[in-house]
Amino acid sequence: MQYQSQSVAKLYFIAAIGLFVGQILFGTILGLQYVIGDFLFPEIPFNVARMVHTNLLIVWLLFGFMGAAYYLVPEETETELFSPKLAVALFWIFLVAGALTILGYLLVPYAKLAEMTGNDLLPTMGREFLEQPTITKIGIVIVALGFLFNITMTVLKGRKTAIAWVLLLGLWGLAVFFLFAFYVPDNLVLDKYYWWWVVHLWVEGVWELILGAILAFVLIKVTGVDREVIEKWLYVIIALTLITGIIGTGHHYYWIGTPEYWQWLGSIFSALEPIPFFAMVVFAFNMVNRRRREHPNKAATLWAMGTPVMAFLGAGVWGFLHTLAPVNYYTHGTQITAAHGHMAFYGAYVMVVLTIISYAMPLLRGRAAANSPKAQRLEMWSFWLMTISIVFITLFLTGAGILQVWLQRIAENPEPFMVVQDKIALFYWLREITGVIFLIGLVVYIASFFVGGDEEEATA
Amino acid sequence: MKATTPASPPRRSPPGDLAIWVFICAELLAFGVFFVAYAFARVGHVELFNESQLLLDRFSGALNTLVLITSSYFVVRAVAAIRKGEATLCTRWLLAAIGMGSLFLVIKVTEYGHKLEQGLDLGYNLFFMFYWTMTVFHFMHVILGMVILAAVALKAHRGGYSAQEHTGVETGASYWHMVDLVWIILFPLIYVIR
Repeated sequence: MQYQSQSVAKLYFIAAIGLFVGQILFGTILGLQYVIGDFLFPEIPFNVARMVHTNLLIVWLLFGFMGAAYYLVPEETETELFSPKLAVALFWIFLVAGALTILGYLLVPYAKLAEMTGNDLLPTMGREFLEQPTITKIGIVIVALGFLFNITMTVLKGRKTAIAWVLLLGLWGLAVFFLFAFYVPDNLVLDKYYWWWVVHLWVEGVWELILGAILAFVLIKVTGVDREVIEKWLYVIIALTLITGIIGTGHHYYWIGTPEYWQWLGSIFSALEPIPFFAMVVFAFNMVNRRRREHPNKAATLWAMGTPVMAFLGAGVWGFLHTLAPVNYYTHGTQITAAHGHMAFYGAYVMVVLTIISYAMPLLRGRAAANSPKAQRLEMWSFWLMTISIVFITLFLTGAGILQVWLQRIAENPEPFMVVQDKIALFYWLREITGVIFLIGLVVYIASFFVGGDEEEATA
Repeated sequence: MKATTPASPPRRSPPGDLAIWVFICAELLAFGVFFVAYAFARVGHVELFNESQLLLDRFSGALNTLVLITSSYFVVRAVAAIRKGEATLCTRWLLAAIGMGSLFLVIKVTEYGHKLEQGLDLGYNLFFMFYWTMTVFHFMHVILGMVILAAVALKAHRGGYSAQEHTGVETGASYWHMVDLVWIILFPLIYVIR
């Protein structure tokens, strides 16, 4: 750690990991509810568990991105954070608001929560992933603005690098597109249309810029390859991301009442969306092969190489599987979507946050470069446990999805939804078992922070 | 005479930075997908495509083809100039190429204006969906190419390139030729071939 103010990142990383645990616990509850429908009913109904599972994911990733920015920006810009105090204050505001919102989901019926939080004044609740009460949304905007102010001021007073600019562009984009969460037109088509401006333009647009910037930062650190080379690739990747991803939004506009041309635009542009991810794989492996030093933090290097591979598979390949309009006509809203969602979120965003945590946490905890070999070995075990589990979760859901499409939509005598759900229950059981192994991987991951602390650092 | 010619490094293949070639290949793939989709869609609607094609302004399309080929020639001269170490000349040729790029944009915007006046917009029919998407996508590439050439021209003006080291000029030139090449395929495909 070169700058004192980077230490605020530690708070954010700890909170991110804590919420990650919550997300996975609710994931295993949900997985069980797929096969034992009344498990934990009425205390935690399926819809509430799902809301908590997805909302926690988004919130912990946001904590991770913010932590990454607070860690990376001072080092990139070679100056202390504009205001470390603001960063700490915003952390607590965000954490408390987030916790209250989750408690609200769990303790009060959703309609009651809407009433309690004055949703009538500015109705924004009730939309998938954007279920947060309006006051929470306003809180998110305030926290985001404070955060962006802090980061932008830091960049402005320090050295300007491509990584800092790309990160800043991604973070500003994240905040700007979130504003569409407040726009809820009465017309259902328009409602869905703009809903995707938050959901799609986040994960297939501006978040990818954040991902690229964090990955580039870690690669510079662990490989020692020239900044010019890495930044050049970063430019290529973000250009490809924006060229394909923005119009790629059209792959959500096939069947919601938008003009027919979206079937062509959406199909063509989103079919190209794997390209930037493929470029990322080539980029990361190329840089590691050309490395000029052997960094002692092997675990961080492993995460940095795993991220683009899993992102390419999950977001790229599994996205392409069902992105063409004629295919999507049959697969829309089936378990194929769930398969893609799990591997894409894990491969792209979970892994990149774990990459920066893996690189930064030892330094934040006072190590010179890396954890002890023992801690790293455990961390690498958790890498493989979680990554292989998510591969199998994805494969089982894909199997479930293919059967579902066949039985429910293609077969000569299509069967009703619930009948089909019963027939594919075996896949849900397998997914649940793999989910538990993922949870074990996560426990191993957390354990890696508590072992080998009194041992010598690993050396290259 | 020979002694005064500055020694130039051996020509590399491909010229310019490797990263731009990854980018160029990705771009050509993107346009390639469009061309295939166009062909695929046309098979099912030959009549519609042929009739709609007659509504296009072939003169402005042809004019723009000449404009872009000329701009590519200027870029070639810019690379030749920097290989001899003449940075000022290189900058001027690049500016001339950017000028031709701007002319392309003006002609195209005028054409778009006429199409919109006639009500031939993106949603008019399948053919015009392709016309708008492919030409606007290319239009954006012309703008990006101009930005790249401008960055190269600025660096050349500041003396950032020499007869020995001018990878940046070749990189920008390679991208610009790609933009030109795509138009040379796009123009006959959409405007002419029936």
